[in-house]
Amino acid sequence: MNTALAFQNLTLGYDRHPAVHHLQAEIAQGSLTAVVGPNGAGKSTLLKGVIGALEPLEGRVAFGSLSRKDIANLPQQSDIDRTFPLSVVDLVAMGLWREIGPFGWLGRERRARVDAAIAAVGLTGFESRPIGSLSGGQMQRALFARLLLQDARLVLLDEPFTAIDARTAADLIDVVRRWHGEGRTVLAVLHDVETVRMHFPETLLLARKLVAYGPTEQVLTAENQFRARQLCEACAGPPHVCGRSAT
Amino acid sequence: MIWDAIFQPFADFGFMRRALLGCIAISVGATPVGVFLMLRRMSLTGDAMACAILPGAAVGYLVAGLSLGAMTVGGLIAGMAVALLSGFVSRVTALREDASLAAFYLISLALGVLIISTRGSNVDLMHVLFGTVLALDDAALILLCSIASLSVLTLATLFRPLVLECADPQFLRSVSGLSAVTHFTFLALVVLNLVGGFHALGTLMAVGIMILPAAAARFWAVSIGGLVLVAIVIAMLASLSGLLLSYHYSLPSGPAIILVAGIAYGVSLVLGPSDSLVAQALLRRHFEA
Repeated sequence: MNTALAFQNLTLGYDRHPAVHHLQAEIAQGSLTAVVGPNGAGKSTLLKGVIGALEPLEGRVAFGSLSRKDIANLPQQSDIDRTFPLSVVDLVAMGLWREIGPFGWLGRERRARVDAAIAAVGLTGFESRPIGSLSGGQMQRALFARLLLQDARLVLLDEPFTAIDARTAADLIDVVRRWHGEGRTVLAVLHDVETVRMHFPETLLLARKLVAYGPTEQVLTAENQFRARQLCEACAGPPHVCGRSAT
Repeated sequence: MIWDAIFQPFADFGFMRRALLGCIAISVGATPVGVFLMLRRMSLTGDAMACAILPGAAVGYLVAGLSLGAMTVGGLIAGMAVALLSGFVSRVTALREDASLAAFYLISLALGVLIISTRGSNVDLMHVLFGTVLALDDAALILLCSIASLSVLTLATLFRPLVLECADPQFLRSVSGLSAVTHFTFLALVVLNLVGGFHALGTLMAVGIMILPAAAARFWAVSIGGLVLVAIVIAMLASLSGLLLSYHYSLPSGPAIILVAGIAYGVSLVLGPSDSLVAQALLRRHFEA
């Protein structure tokens, strides 16, 4: 088994308060993994650690066969300025940045790929619409089209199906499954346990520390989920220095 | 009649032709920068940077008198220092960029006023604050035109990363290391254009020709290219009419130019075809769902 990502004794946090605590896990290359856990379990923080937006307080994220360049990331709240004069094509074509950089020519062949990506997420006909006129679900479709063009070997998704309707979610899950079929590694933070059970073979259950990790049906037991909730509720109170802290 | 009013002043007086050329250079260089400031919601940053360059210009003035070179270099150093310091503070501490910029430009402004008022006369202060567009010499014109050329070339080179940095900075950071480079090069362009602009219009008025045409263009165009073009045209027309007004009615030329730009903004706000007050009132009929 090739490892795409390894969390080695990884502790991530804010202002010395850990949000992910001594996490030890390996994500296999080509796996489709859901990251599940209660609010405050450190799921989004984990993704921030992977993309390098947050320096570990301890431990590290090791990239097996990949590097940070191979990551495409869809944050939970993208800070896209929706009033900016960009069309859907402009937004989606950004996905080609690694290919064309600041000066490269888009050209007919790449433009065709942009159109294909827009078609793949069901936005055909919206190409020249300004992004400000898109609904939440349409925007999410456009962002998935951009991810498609990024052609990344590791795709990180932070609650990609929250606040969008069932039809859109189903379409976008199809895209995720396509990535999985192409051998890409996908790590997605999700809330809806049913979606996870139906579509994600692997699950990592997090409650700051690792609760369980492995095949979804073995991880998402009632007992594990109960334990995760308890762990997240049990951490109020005055802070004290962790006994396992190296520094 | 029209000849007398519009062409005669420029035909008769060299200083008017020079003033017009200087203002056109500023229009071409500074207004595209202003458009991006507006799109990045940084319009007030222009104002802050204009105040920030004051002590540099003042020190330059103290060292070499009303010297173009010394005041330019001084202004550039002060502006860049404030831009870099505030960028640095906001990237390594919890303080946001607007707050750290405000802190540094206020310090800089106080320092500038202090330096000028202890050593110079009020006339000098007026020169620095309000510029001398009717007394531009060859060196000043060459400087203004060079800055405009450099500015347009840099914006053309930086266009794509700059658009990404404005629209989706998170994404740009994730795919490229150009984010910080883009941000600071852009701030450098702001400083450069303000320093160029203050020779003609003064530190305070230089921001006006940067921001007002950009804000007015927002009511005429939707695309970035359209915004830039409309803004440049508005800035040029404002320069021409402002200079003529100041000539015929003996008004100070810097404020006259900016006020005309302000009128253009007001007219656009009311009458512009895109999202202006009238457009909102008239174009009520919506598309089929």
